[in-house]
Amino acid sequence: MIEVTAKIVNRAGLHTRPAATIVKIASKYKSQFFISKDGFKIDGKSIIGVMTLAAEMGSELALSFEGVDEVEMSNEISDLIKRGFDEL
Amino acid sequence: MKGLKKIIEQSDNIIFGLAAAPGLEIGHAFKYSKENISIKDSYVPDVEEAVNNFNDALRQSKKEMLKIFNFAKDKMGEVRAAIFEAQLMILDDPVLISNIVSRIEKEKRLPEYIVNHEISKYQQLMILSSESYLKERAMDIEDIKNRIIRNLQKKRWASKIVLDAIVVSENLTPADAILFTKSNAKAYITDRGGLTSHAAIIARSLDLPAVVGTHDGCQKINDEDLLIVDGFHGLVVVNPTEEQLNFFRHKIEHLNKIDAGLRELRDKPAITLDGREILLMANVDITGEIDTTITNGAKGVGLVRTEQIIEEMGEIPDEETQTKIYTNLSNRIYPESITIRAFDIGGDKVKQLNLKEANPFLGLRGIRFLLANEDLLKTQIKAVLRSSINKNIQFMVPMVSAVDEIIKTKEIISGCMKELKHKGVHFDKNIRIGIMVEVPSAAVMAKEFGEHVDFLSIGTNDLIQFIMAVDRGNDIVSDLYQEFHPAVLRTLQHIVIEGKKSGVSISICGEMAADTLAVPILVGLGLDCMSVSPSAIPSIKRTIRAINCSSAKLLAARCLKMSTEKEVTAEIEKYFHENNIERTRNII
Repeated sequence: MIEVTAKIVNRAGLHTRPAATIVKIASKYKSQFFISKDGFKIDGKSIIGVMTLAAEMGSELALSFEGVDEVEMSNEISDLIKRGFDEL
Repeated sequence: MKGLKKIIEQSDNIIFGLAAAPGLEIGHAFKYSKENISIKDSYVPDVEEAVNNFNDALRQSKKEMLKIFNFAKDKMGEVRAAIFEAQLMILDDPVLISNIVSRIEKEKRLPEYIVNHEISKYQQLMILSSESYLKERAMDIEDIKNRIIRNLQKKRWASKIVLDAIVVSENLTPADAILFTKSNAKAYITDRGGLTSHAAIIARSLDLPAVVGTHDGCQKINDEDLLIVDGFHGLVVVNPTEEQLNFFRHKIEHLNKIDAGLRELRDKPAITLDGREILLMANVDITGEIDTTITNGAKGVGLVRTEQIIEEMGEIPDEETQTKIYTNLSNRIYPESITIRAFDIGGDKVKQLNLKEANPFLGLRGIRFLLANEDLLKTQIKAVLRSSINKNIQFMVPMVSAVDEIIKTKEIISGCMKELKHKGVHFDKNIRIGIMVEVPSAAVMAKEFGEHVDFLSIGTNDLIQFIMAVDRGNDIVSDLYQEFHPAVLRTLQHIVIEGKKSGVSISICGEMAADTLAVPILVGLGLDCMSVSPSAIPSIKRTIRAINCSSAKLLAARCLKMSTEKEVTAEIEKYFHENNIERTRNII
């Protein structure tokens, strides 16, 4: 299992479009993917779950990946968040 | 003609809300309400059939959403349509769907009950959040939930409305907002919702005016009522009087003219009839206005009020954050230049710092405040330097009243440069430094200041207040705030003449420059660089293109000899009349 933390850096935070992007990318992989914030844990492949995360700019997310392609999955998703969902 | 204030005050037919999408419309009301969905709960004997029904309803909902998504993409582009894509994805959400299916199987209850219960759980989480935008998201999900339930009940929704109507509703889902455009909806009014509601966002991207958060609009408005929707000020006039109607019709006419002018002028230079080119730039408050600046055809940004970033974020942003914001601005306006003004804190700006001063306008503000809080200044300078690699950034210091202040500031800038160089950070070593000339002492000493900096930018708002010794926010004396007072004009002339002796470039960035009436005087005084609010750019450009520099010089010479503002404005109006120059006021 891979566990990393990621900081939201884009101004608008994890709003609808980035939420959809995360889920779309996550769905390409076989591994399980969970996002935790403030003790609240959701499945990263569930759009409705990701939409409930109030993750504004500056907030930290704990990400966990587990499965056959966990390395690639964690790289692609961490990178996406670091790039501010290409909204910077 | 009366102003907006006069038109709406003491009228009992005005409903106030939030200005969610700009624009003005007059039309008849169409009240839209969705029938309430009632949810039954009963035991289902045949679980397999129930699951099949649920899957059919999902399929039907997806079909509908896909249609809406494609329509939205056509109407407002892929990025803006992302909300519908997210809704579509909810219908495919593996966690949600498998929870619902397994609950149907386990609890043997009607799917509509389970769907409602399961999706409402997520909505509750969103509504409980302190983030206002999440509350709005709960509304978007409501649409998906009701869509599935309606399809389970095999009912249809009508999104058809009366043609060319103004839609009045308690709330609008994004799907409603987009589908109503098929019936040529002219504007939206919703009792609930905020500026971040998707209905508001959609209205903005469709260029339809919207007023949201009107609370009791649905009660006060009846079907067929004549309405005026003012999306600039966030107000609705119900069954307007003849006077109100004329006022807004006139405004709309003006707006249309400005719009037409905008398109026509965007790519044309700001050049006088006799060939003098004026550098016309934009003042911007927040990053969003950059778009207007670009589309309105400004040549770069003459003033970025960075203290607005503090106000918006509620705190002073760190070096990293500032660097990102300035870099983004620099990139977006490149190859044009952008002038970043240091935090202008104090006076009436940025109240949360909570300084108790008897006379804040004459107190610790602008560069005085920054020199007393050197760390804050250093952080900003470093962020500006780090963002300067495009070499299109200038740095400007506000409220300078003594040469010592600029010498000290330049020492700090050199210190920051050394520090960054030491760290191996790249920046523009020749970054242009300038000051705001907004204090009489700086105006008088324009030549001496000019010897220490690369540019002077005249801030007329404060300068006029200080020359006339009048607080323009004070109704009792604000009549004395006279931008065309000969004392003001003579001061401007002095700054231009003295400043040019030191070889610096001189610009003007106060509100005075946004007044079409001031254009010939400013050009005549020899000011060839102006920075105004983005919305004023078309009218200023049009005026520049209608005057002669030579006659403007003569006009300025005449006005400089006068002794009252009244004489000056009469002279300028005569000039406009004699030269047949159209005066388009900036009406918004």
